[in-house]
Amino acid sequence: MTATTVGYREYGRPRWQRILLTREMAIVGLLLLTLLVAGLAIPYFADRLTVYNLLRDMFATLIIALPMALVMITGDIDISVGSMVGLSCSVLGLLFSMGVPFELSMVLVLLMGAAGGLLNGALVAKIGLPALAVTIGTMALFRGIAVGLLGTSTVTGFPQGWTDLTKYEIGYTGIPFIIVVFLVLFAVFVYLLNFTPFGRGIYALGLNSEAAVFSGVNRDRTRIILFVLAGTMSALGGIYWTLLRGTARGDIGDGLELQVIAAVVLGGVSVFGGIGALYGVVAGVLLIGALSSALRLVGVTAEVIKIITGVLLIGSVVAASMITSFQNRRKKVTAAPSQTSVAEPAPSGE
Amino acid sequence: MKYMKTATAFAAAALVLVSACTTPASTTPTTGAPAPEAPSETTPAATEGLRMTILPKNLGNPYFETSTKGAEAAAAEIGATTELVGPTDAAADAQVPYIETATQQKVDAIQISANDQTALCDAIKAAQAAGIKIVTFDSDAPGCRDLFINQATSEGIAKVLVEMAVEQAGGSGEIAVLSATANATNQNAWIEAMKTDLAANHPDIKLVDVVFGDDQDQKSFDETQALLQKYPNLKVIVAPTTVGIAAAARYISTSDAKGKVWVTGLGTPNDMRSFVEDGTVKEFALWNPEDLGYLTTFAAAALVKGEITGAEGDKFTAGKLGEYTVGADNTVLLGDPYRFNAENIADFNF
Amino acid sequence: MTATQTTAAPTSAASAGSRLMQLLRRRETSILVAIVAMVVVTTAVRPTFVFSGDGWRSLLLNPAIYIVLAVGVAFVIISRSVDLSVGSTMGLTAFAIGSLYIAWPQMPTVVAFVAGTLFGGLLGLVNGGLVAVAKVPGMVITLGTMYIFRGINILWAGTTRINASQMGPDFLAFGNSQVVGIPALTILAVIVAIIAGWYLHNTRSGRELYAIGSAPEAAELYGLAVSRRALMSFVVSGAMAGLAGVMFAARYGTIASNAGTGYELQAIGAAVIGGVAITGGVGTVAGAAFGAFLLATINSALPVLGIDSLWQRAVVGALILAAIILDRVLAVRQKRRLIAERMEP
Repeated sequence: MTATTVGYREYGRPRWQRILLTREMAIVGLLLLTLLVAGLAIPYFADRLTVYNLLRDMFATLIIALPMALVMITGDIDISVGSMVGLSCSVLGLLFSMGVPFELSMVLVLLMGAAGGLLNGALVAKIGLPALAVTIGTMALFRGIAVGLLGTSTVTGFPQGWTDLTKYEIGYTGIPFIIVVFLVLFAVFVYLLNFTPFGRGIYALGLNSEAAVFSGVNRDRTRIILFVLAGTMSALGGIYWTLLRGTARGDIGDGLELQVIAAVVLGGVSVFGGIGALYGVVAGVLLIGALSSALRLVGVTAEVIKIITGVLLIGSVVAASMITSFQNRRKKVTAAPSQTSVAEPAPSGE
Repeated sequence: MKYMKTATAFAAAALVLVSACTTPASTTPTTGAPAPEAPSETTPAATEGLRMTILPKNLGNPYFETSTKGAEAAAAEIGATTELVGPTDAAADAQVPYIETATQQKVDAIQISANDQTALCDAIKAAQAAGIKIVTFDSDAPGCRDLFINQATSEGIAKVLVEMAVEQAGGSGEIAVLSATANATNQNAWIEAMKTDLAANHPDIKLVDVVFGDDQDQKSFDETQALLQKYPNLKVIVAPTTVGIAAAARYISTSDAKGKVWVTGLGTPNDMRSFVEDGTVKEFALWNPEDLGYLTTFAAAALVKGEITGAEGDKFTAGKLGEYTVGADNTVLLGDPYRFNAENIADFNF
Repeated sequence: MTATQTTAAPTSAASAGSRLMQLLRRRETSILVAIVAMVVVTTAVRPTFVFSGDGWRSLLLNPAIYIVLAVGVAFVIISRSVDLSVGSTMGLTAFAIGSLYIAWPQMPTVVAFVAGTLFGGLLGLVNGGLVAVAKVPGMVITLGTMYIFRGINILWAGTTRINASQMGPDFLAFGNSQVVGIPALTILAVIVAIIAGWYLHNTRSGRELYAIGSAPEAAELYGLAVSRRALMSFVVSGAMAGLAGVMFAARYGTIASNAGTGYELQAIGAAVIGGVAITGGVGTVAGAAFGAFLLATINSALPVLGIDSLWQRAVVGALILAAIILDRVLAVRQKRRLIAERMEP
């Protein structure tokens, strides 16, 4: 009598391949390729100033892309983030010019961002309105209030201690100090998405919301929280912008939402929801930033970046879609009528 | 097969990158612009001449096309190379990325017409720290530059504008101002000076409103319409911006207000000629933007070569324009504005 | 044999009455009422808003471009998609027509309009093709093409812009002309809207858009050519945007590379306010046109009413939110009514 040991034959690819062949890794690879080619071919690119300018200019997009990715994984969307950035900037300037202590103003602005997100979330989750329509409305509403409040004036003269924060570098690497803020936020969001039930609920909602609800995910609460996060991060982005430029205006952040969404989709988040990883999103943002930077140095009109962003966006989405449909067709062809069982007696000699 | 996803992404990216790297650095105008400008590609310090970046408020603005023509002519005379860059919208911080790029490229000088006097400061200071000379022209960024080339004193410009407005209003009545962007330093300086002049010398003239056309033709057009509707007793519209005056004149020339509401301000003879001939415009003023650009290049070159430091009293020669002395607050004055009307407009071509 | 209940045939008076009630309850009617109310209030404040040559002309001329855009976008939204690229298409077409005039100064006005519409339709074909072939939501594709078209526009324009003096004088004259007191461009917009409305309501492909928008999977299972209809809706949207671009060129004369920026959200907002639900399957071209008219009128009326036109966007935003909340309330009420009807013995 042979002792049959039940062993599991390994199907599929080894783990390292599984990680490398993801969409996110493709974007990371693209980013590295861009940096390499630009660093070698474009004069002045391989310079600490490049890193410094790039990270400082992209900070707002980076931090807003984090909650936006989560929102889009659930299957929602928020195109009011750019207007919230403008509104935060405007309100911050207004409060400061009225004499409110700067630190308190910042806190109030963050709360306002959360409140704006709450409005979005409540309309979407509780009243059941489509996210696109709601955020089109709030996008116009927030921007309108931002511009209406400050009018055509600007506020300057913010405390230097705070504005200088955006300028500090880490040693001579060219990496700005505020990157620390981003890394902390990144860690928080990664933990939230990948290591908590809440995060798993986000993926579940995106893949199949009814099943998720039946499994115990609180759909309304999750969506509202994500919109609140998006609003808060947008407010933080607005505060950052004010400190970066030293001036508060109501019309900044125009078009930011589309840049964020383009980066998020580029970074691997599926437009249908349920799929995505944060490191891909970060790579997406950095890729767009690096390309802008590189092309500006070459003297290419910065607006050509628009064409490249558009092409990358469409290209990546279309490619992903074609690959999925190709794979689906392949599965239909090769599916055998009888499935072999997973467990097989380990063949001798193995 | 296994690497199809990654391969596709890389191929697409490589295609984009290759196309991007081979895109020519210069953009050629397709319309019958006065003279084709040929921005030269900046290369590392092997060139003998000086390298300057020209950064106007926005591209696609005929006023700056003319000033750039002058700047480039001057550069050709002294053996310097120039690169024309700029945003399409005169937004507050849209010029910052270009300043940053120029800093990275380690040019010798940057000529800027500032959209906002505060937002550019940090980027300018960083450029100055890297040894780059910053010369503002047309619109200043006070405190954040080595030298400012002013076309005329604010009081001088305001005086001419007020004189023309009062004459055309018949000594009393309502007038309104159609400005460019709300933050433009030069616009605000002139408007303040106008208000002072009016209050002191012309109590019968009432300035009812200041509206902003953002140096965009369509917006200026629409704002003119709004002004006419809001103030039925309006007598004169003063537009101290070449884009605004052209749009306002164009609107009024096809409306009932022609001959009843006069348009004056700062405009170029070529833009305004048809409106002077058809009776929409009686008189307007300007300096020669080509001379302004010409002078700016010479001033910047003098700074870079160390001939002047920008302090009051410094003297330098500006080619065919002759010798200039630096005035207070590191400012160089071009001259007085010139008034154009039906009698002399045929003599000019810019 | 069950006795079937027959409902008494309604008398003609009652049916006319109920039809009137239905008409009054429609979204389009309330928008029309809002427009009239807005105009009346503003005219009370300043009579020249309407009772002056310029005022009347502006009132009718300003909405023309928005009407055409909103009508085009409505096609796409009704089929449960969205077209974010209309603003860029409009700007690119305007610039293309301007460039065409520079190359061919004697171009007849009619040719300009036809060329612009075809050009826009071509750009719409790009959108539609990508959506149909790649099966990617229209929002993402048009987000990308929005960037691409705008980038091409700016690249093409370079540092220049097209001045009114370079455009055909007949063309510009048409843009500012009037026929029996009504601006020619507005008449054009209304004719286009009527044709589009007829098409949506009376042709099979038009009505199929509603089906696809209401229940896409059912439509597919039913055998409707979903991809082809989607393609058609994007081509229409692009063609309308192209036409809007030509109208822009005719009206303003000077075309910079940022022409049309922001128009896409005005157009979508106008359609949504006018009753074209973003979830698809609902709405009419008339509603979109009225919505566009309302938005444009608000824009002109605010400064006269003393409200800084800077607040205009806030007003638009509030209106959009009100519109979609109303849509939702109505949809829920309709669903309950349908369920109740099914439950009736």
